[in-house]
Amino acid sequence: MSERLLDVIAGNGLITAFAAVGLLMLVCNLISKHLTAGRIHGSAIAIAAGLLLSYIGGVSTGGEDGLADVALFSGLGLMGGSMLRDFAIVATAFGVDVEELRKAGMNGVIALLVGIVVPFFLGGAIAYAFGYTDAVSVTTIGAGAATYIVGPVTGTAIGAGSDLIALSIAIGLVKSISVMIVTPMVARAISLNNPSAALVFGGMMGTTSGVAGGLAATDARLVPYGAMTATFYTGFGCLLGPSVLYLIVRGVLGG
Amino acid sequence: MVIYGVALLAACMLVGKLIGEVIGIAIGVDSNVGGVGLAMLLLVFVVYRMQKAGWLDTTSRRGVEFWSSLYIPIVVAMAAGQNVAGAIAGGPVALVGGLVVVAVSFALVPVIARLGKGKYAVPLDDLDTAREGRHE
Repeated sequence: MSERLLDVIAGNGLITAFAAVGLLMLVCNLISKHLTAGRIHGSAIAIAAGLLLSYIGGVSTGGEDGLADVALFSGLGLMGGSMLRDFAIVATAFGVDVEELRKAGMNGVIALLVGIVVPFFLGGAIAYAFGYTDAVSVTTIGAGAATYIVGPVTGTAIGAGSDLIALSIAIGLVKSISVMIVTPMVARAISLNNPSAALVFGGMMGTTSGVAGGLAATDARLVPYGAMTATFYTGFGCLLGPSVLYLIVRGVLGG
Repeated sequence: MVIYGVALLAACMLVGKLIGEVIGIAIGVDSNVGGVGLAMLLLVFVVYRMQKAGWLDTTSRRGVEFWSSLYIPIVVAMAAGQNVAGAIAGGPVALVGGLVVVAVSFALVPVIARLGKGKYAVPLDDLDTAREGRHE
């Protein structure tokens, strides 16, 4: 009997996910209101709680999709997957101020370029300091410091081994998760309170999930501006990583 | 009808992603280039034209606004599906590298945001009401 009842829950995965996320947000909003006096916003707490749950899910199942690997919560994978996420991101553009886009467009492009090149060389330098001294390793890990998609795409293109590719995914994951957590904390300090800054922020960080989560926890009105530049980042990163950036690294390190 | 709004949104997303894929193929990249961003620009443009022509009634708008207001819960579900355990298992290079890169990137945001016309950027007022969601 209990098996059949569980089947109802697991068999309606997406619906279970709606109910579970709604409940989680309710609890987090109550925590925000009563325990932090509204200082930490409910969605920031909910995103952090989601990450914590995904850690627990990942450790207990050994899978790669956090809590979504637990059969009961498999619907979370669909609800938070790229299809519905991108759909909701596009919908946020409904409230975009076109004037703001035109004003900050150029800065967004500069941010994209700086946002790809700086993390790449910084990540590469850190890899070098940790003893990964050949051009392929430095490039793959540096590309992972762009996003966890740029890393494996670049690594595969230049013939990196699977351990290096796993490492480049890990560094990209650390980036995207810490962006989600840290953004609401530092938003004030970096003047992330207007559409222009959000456009730059999206291009600088590049990780769509990090930017989406970080801005949602800071001020939902900024989301469309940040998301718009962030979605160009991975594509350009995949373009520059295995080509120009790899050639530069190989020129410096030899091999 | 609500479905008109949802269908408009869906069409914009598909067209944007198709263009992004074509750009990716054209420049020889194994990734979609800006598909979602292009879809957003397309939606902004189409909604602007349709509103001028009076083709977008309140119920159709509701189809777009509904998905827009589901954005934060979807992001929470996304957070719950991240490979956090994998990120931590990456060891010191991944942790140190990821955190240093994020710290430096944050520091550069205000520097770039102040370039050119960006220095006139006006903060959005009244954060608290905004946090309830833009369409509620």
